Amino acid sequence: MRVLAAMSGGVDSAVAAARARDAGHDVTGVHLALARNPQTFRTGARGCCTLEDSRDARRAADVIGIPFYVWDMAEEFHDSVVDDFVNEYAAGRTPNPCLRCNEKIKFAAVLDRAVALGFDAVVTGHHARLGADGLLRRSVDLPKDQSYVLAVLTRSQLDRAVFPLGDSTKEQVRAEAAERGLAVADKPDSHDICFISDGDTRGFLESRLGSAPGDIVDGRTGEKLGTHNGAYGFTVGQRKGLDLRVPASDGRPRYVLSITPVNNTVTVGPREDLEVDVVTADRPIWHASSGVADCEVQLRAHGEVVGASVTVTGDALVATLKAPARGVAAGQAIVAYQPDPGGDIVLGSATITAGSRSLPAASHV
Amino acid sequence: MAYLDHAATTPMLPAALDAYVAAARALGNPSSLHAAGRGARRLVEESRERIAAALGARPSEVIFTSGGTEADNLAVKGIFWARRDADSRLRRVVASAVEHHAVLDGVEWLGRHEGAEVTLQPVDELGRVDPEAFAELVRAHAGEIAVVSVQWANNEVGTVQPVAELVAIAAGAGIPFHTDAVQAVGQVAVDFGASGAAALTLTGHKVGGPVGVGALLLGRDVSCTPLLHGGGQERDVRSGTLDTPGVVAFATAVEAAVTSREEHVGRITALRDELVARVRAAIPDAILNGDPDQRLPGNAHFSFPGCEGDALLLLLDAQGIYCSTGSACSAGVAQPSHVLLAMGADDRRARSSLRFSLGHDSTKADVDALLAALPGAVERACRAGAWKTPR
Repeated sequence: MRVLAAMSGGVDSAVAAARARDAGHDVTGVHLALARNPQTFRTGARGCCTLEDSRDARRAADVIGIPFYVWDMAEEFHDSVVDDFVNEYAAGRTPNPCLRCNEKIKFAAVLDRAVALGFDAVVTGHHARLGADGLLRRSVDLPKDQSYVLAVLTRSQLDRAVFPLGDSTKEQVRAEAAERGLAVADKPDSHDICFISDGDTRGFLESRLGSAPGDIVDGRTGEKLGTHNGAYGFTVGQRKGLDLRVPASDGRPRYVLSITPVNNTVTVGPREDLEVDVVTADRPIWHASSGVADCEVQLRAHGEVVGASVTVTGDALVATLKAPARGVAAGQAIVAYQPDPGGDIVLGSATITAGSRSLPAASHV
Repeated sequence: MAYLDHAATTPMLPAALDAYVAAARALGNPSSLHAAGRGARRLVEESRERIAAALGARPSEVIFTSGGTEADNLAVKGIFWARRDADSRLRRVVASAVEHHAVLDGVEWLGRHEGAEVTLQPVDELGRVDPEAFAELVRAHAGEIAVVSVQWANNEVGTVQPVAELVAIAAGAGIPFHTDAVQAVGQVAVDFGASGAAALTLTGHKVGGPVGVGALLLGRDVSCTPLLHGGGQERDVRSGTLDTPGVVAFATAVEAAVTSREEHVGRITALRDELVARVRAAIPDAILNGDPDQRLPGNAHFSFPGCEGDALLLLLDAQGIYCSTGSACSAGVAQPSHVLLAMGADDRRARSSLRFSLGHDSTKADVDALLAALPGAVERACRAGAWKTPR
């Protein structure tokens, strides 16, 4: 195959490109320039798309012996990922920009262009398995597994995706990079949101959305407990940073239960009020033949899994959980997995719209 | 493999390579007083004389540099500084809007850091500076202009400027005129003395010499403040131990390029004209950029409407056809060419362009290989062009 390897300048994508070449593919490396004003050097583990990353990617491509180009995707990335991120927070939801980038950039804008230019597939360094059976599975390296942020891909996107790293641990990838003479072998992993280089998400949102003071209210009594500078700065399940003036009557910590953009209100309550056992979601991507599945679901990146009965009908997915889950935020993805000894299989995903209780909340414990 | 990127760099002539290797085997710093130094100095000074003779300059007017970028920076900044320091009213720098970045960025730097007033002289749709408009500018600002820089020929679209007319206008007002002739030497007749220019840039690796050596031809009476201070070599204008083998090979290449110019131009012009005609026949939409007549013989520069130049380059590269989008990279990302934008092209047309440039070892087989690959690549790149929504 003629394949296009997306090369970030990190160790994973470099080894993925090298493995694709070893597998006999005709590989071309591409670095995606996603930042409008790239910085010269990466500071710490945050950020991406610096000139240093671009040079690291080019050097890796040279060592592997493949052609290399930089594609300017800054506008697409800004429109589809950064603006979406801001708009989602403004709407009281909690987006996952990595997932959106896979959905809209790597396996859409980049893949479309690659196919138009005669490539058969896009290779990335994601830690997930995609074998001959066409099933997307978790990586063997569970802590590094990225199947959650790939579960949004459709069948046709997966048919043109190659993930050469799914059978390896991160440690093995680093060792292999060193053996191959790739200088990125010991480059630190990137973390957090690549376009917020200082890691201050709330500050980033405030710079985009401005200050919008509003009330923080008690979910049970409706009592005003404090104020905030913008409801977008909160995520369901969040405990820190509430800065409440009125202590809880029981003295226990309170958590964000919901965000209501319409009246700019953040509702808080005790931990047990976070518990939901029914999750509804829209825009499902469903790979399983049956729309009903007894499976496991994951409700956020790196979150724990919980058993569930999932029903997919038209544009809706409903999951009834076998044990209550906390911190279920609208905007995050619900990903359904079928446990499997060869790596849990992604059945599908959808975007969470709400979580609710089928039974009254447990009494105070 | 078809190498159609001679404007980026061209293979070293065998004679230049031999001269380089022979000189590199010899010991000696040309500034040393002993016999080894004298041997090196003799090679350098003979080279200086050969370059001067080939280009209508006096030997003392040849200032060796590390290449075109340094020579451009030295001319623009050095002459500006010297003139401004002599007369504080002389603060204006004039350059054409289509200069190479080695001139343009130096000029803009003077504007940001040295208080220079910068005037970028516009060009017409063929890339030419209009002498009448330039005369108008000189009349309006004669008492303020420290230096003018207009290239002899454009590196992207190949347009040859009316240098003689422009120099005459500047000289009439007593304004020193620098010209970047990096692309011109060996392709058009260049006579420094006859041109009347105060300074002229040339470089080795565009004429079959090595990379890393070039020269500024600097008139004997032109004051120029150095960029590099040190041992006082090169009239005290450019300190630094001279690169004897580089200089010898450079002189060999310049001499050969100038001596064989007419024969070379006849052959390359015919080949280029064939390339242009066949590209136009194969891709009727293709637009030839630059002046159709006053252009470098080795240059063919096209816009392919609906295509991305980047995509075309990738597809041609994969088939062993080497060419260039001609545009500079900014922060690692290809920018639309400032040359095409200055010629009135919009962003899309600027991004749809490719430069094919021929050189001394180009053959009909190179053109055949290009034409075998180009139509399919254009068709494919146009299809891929839809990936980016117009903005």
